[in-house]
Amino acid sequence: MSDLNTTPKTNAKPAPKTTGHEWDGIQELDNPLPRWWIWAFYATTVFTIVYWLFYPAWPIGGSFTKGVAGFNNVTYTAKTVEGKLVEKTTHWNMRSQFMHDTNQWQAEQKPWFNKVSQLPPAEVAKNAELMQFVNSAGKTLFSENCAACHQQGAQGKVGFAPNLTDDHWQYGGAYSNIETTLNIGRQGYMPAFKEILTEQEITALASYVLSLSNESHDEKLVAEGNAIFHADKAGCYICHGDNAKGRIELGSANLVDKIWLWVDIPNDKSKEQKISHVKEVLYAGLNRGVMPAWQERLTPEQIKLLTVYVHDTLGGGK
Amino acid sequence: MPSNTKSHPVIAIHHAATVTRSVKGHFRNFKTAILILAYTVYFGLPWLPWTRGDEKSQAILFDIAQRKFHLFNLTVFPEDIFWFAVVLVLAAAILFFATGLIGRAWCGYFCFQTLWTDAFIWIEHWVQGERNARLRLKKQAWNTEKIIKISLSHSLMLILSGMTALTFVSYFVYAPHLTSIFFTLNASNAVYTTFALLTLTTYTAGGILREQVCTLFCPYARFQGVMYEHDTLAVAYDSKRGEGLKGRIIPIAALKVKAARNEAGYGDCIDCGYCVQVCPTGIDIRNGLQYQCISCGLCIDACNTVMDSMNYPRGLIRYDSERNLAQPIPAKPKLVWKNLKTIGYGIAIIIALTLLTMNMLRRELTEVSIEQVRQPLFTILSDGSFRNRYQLYIVNKTEKTVTYQIALKGIPQSALDLGSIPAIKIEGGEDLRINFKVNLPAELARKTKRFTLVISPKTSDGQPALNAIEANVNFNSKQPT
Repeated sequence: MSDLNTTPKTNAKPAPKTTGHEWDGIQELDNPLPRWWIWAFYATTVFTIVYWLFYPAWPIGGSFTKGVAGFNNVTYTAKTVEGKLVEKTTHWNMRSQFMHDTNQWQAEQKPWFNKVSQLPPAEVAKNAELMQFVNSAGKTLFSENCAACHQQGAQGKVGFAPNLTDDHWQYGGAYSNIETTLNIGRQGYMPAFKEILTEQEITALASYVLSLSNESHDEKLVAEGNAIFHADKAGCYICHGDNAKGRIELGSANLVDKIWLWVDIPNDKSKEQKISHVKEVLYAGLNRGVMPAWQERLTPEQIKLLTVYVHDTLGGGK
Repeated sequence: MPSNTKSHPVIAIHHAATVTRSVKGHFRNFKTAILILAYTVYFGLPWLPWTRGDEKSQAILFDIAQRKFHLFNLTVFPEDIFWFAVVLVLAAAILFFATGLIGRAWCGYFCFQTLWTDAFIWIEHWVQGERNARLRLKKQAWNTEKIIKISLSHSLMLILSGMTALTFVSYFVYAPHLTSIFFTLNASNAVYTTFALLTLTTYTAGGILREQVCTLFCPYARFQGVMYEHDTLAVAYDSKRGEGLKGRIIPIAALKVKAARNEAGYGDCIDCGYCVQVCPTGIDIRNGLQYQCISCGLCIDACNTVMDSMNYPRGLIRYDSERNLAQPIPAKPKLVWKNLKTIGYGIAIIIALTLLTMNMLRRELTEVSIEQVRQPLFTILSDGSFRNRYQLYIVNKTEKTVTYQIALKGIPQSALDLGSIPAIKIEGGEDLRINFKVNLPAELARKTKRFTLVISPKTSDGQPALNAIEANVNFNSKQPT
């Protein structure tokens, strides 16, 4: 390219190249596309053709081309509606690629799930390294399955789902209790007393219940309520126990602690408001405490892991 | 200015690598010594065994998967990225400092491009012979000799490039293991991709493009030019001495002796062209300071050789400053460092170096971060007390297993609930995330806004205990309504 260095530079523009075509004095200029552009175009064309061999591309009627058969297959295992594990091999598509990747990730998790399922829950909780897995996998499982009722941080919602980060466990806070709860679900029930007790009796009973949690109260009403609580007419003591601390076999609430499941007493402003809230529960009873059974939806390993997660990461049960 | 100054293009576009002639001399020896040293270090370092814990390893290993960068006994974690920034600042300051003093010393003697080009030229010289032989080979038609010689030299260059690439990868994967899996085709795609890419770039940059990398691609080559001062020592041709009054001339019989030449008005340059032939960037130093000059000093060696054979004094081409050369009678070249720029860069180097050393010496071998669980911010327990939950993250930056004890300051120790975890034990270089709870009775909880968590590392074998780390943590509760 010595001419590059020796050709004198002038400002005069050379006459443009033409293709030689001319109509009525209009000339067709010959300005080719830049060479790099042409080559990039050829390269992308070749790429496209190679792409057709490997990936779904052209729509044909209701179907589409699937690439050359067997060139780019994806194999994955998935559960059918009947619960059978089947292995499938298909042409490449995003859905099967996703299933394939999910299979791989599950295989990576498998050894950890195995470790958790092989050890008793108390031993899992002692293993700091294993608890790291329980914390992260448990959080995901909880978010996907439990958070809809118990909320994202397991803080629950008064009148709807219990708080799992406190130390109160209606159905027992031991590993075995929690695992049972997860497996078969729970349903709480309290009868309505509208028909059984008079207005005066219900007010007295509500005062008694509030006095158990050290809320301000009227001594006379409380004594009256105490009597009703332990009498057979209403039979409160049968479920809640003589000491009103609840019974985990039944899931009846502990009435003497500071935790309120169904009415938000700590946030009520006045004594009257508190009494009226407790009275509402006594009037109407409760049939809302339903927790579904998870043994059909989650694997035993997942239930085991969630048991440890709920017990140790969230609440720390008794 | 030289009397026969030719107009030369602003950008010289070469379409073939410059073919250089070999030369002997101080600068050649210096360059060879650096090449041998650099290659010994670069190719040998991954094979220096080093034991870490019970694991066999190598002295320098950048473990990407584990996010640990081992430099002898120092393990650098990603959190120490700050050091890398300081190292870069330091490198830049040293480059500027050196360039202001002695020109592009980095380019001429230390740059990878220079080193590998030098090695490739050596291969070419070894296979194809001296410059004239190589030029002849270049011009001749493709016959058996040309095919053999060209393919042999390029194969050798490719092999050296491949070794370079493989060595680079072995800084990231345990070298003996890498070598065994690499040749049995069991290494990962990342290894083969890096290998292929580096082999290709090394071969292309060092074997084919050569000086065009310096003149056309390299930004350093361009911006180092602005760091030159009038006092900067650079490779320069003493044109007053070389050209005299009438210019340079070949030594015809009457002009062989220096006195006779000077008498006739001619300079000392005998126009033999040796300095041009040895130049790895293919320039003529007699045209003055040029951006293509990488300051390698080979033309000094060439000229000195010729001056010796002519019995003229050495130093027609030498390291000298622009200011000195402009004097009627140039003095002996000397290093001028007493100016604001040089001293400033010197101070910058000292500050960066001090910061880096202090930071490395004072680094905590325990990295702690505590995050409060914010959903829920607090929980009321059955007895009315408050519970806050936290996630604690500890990195053990030592080589040994360390047990961490957690103490509370400002609130009773009994408030801490670590669950069933008996002891926080972390192996050397590992980390751990654990959840813990703090339960405070209602009265105390309402008074507590913050408390301090003291994490004391205890080594099992009576090593000097590391510093305890204190962290302030928020505690949330609710005032009674």
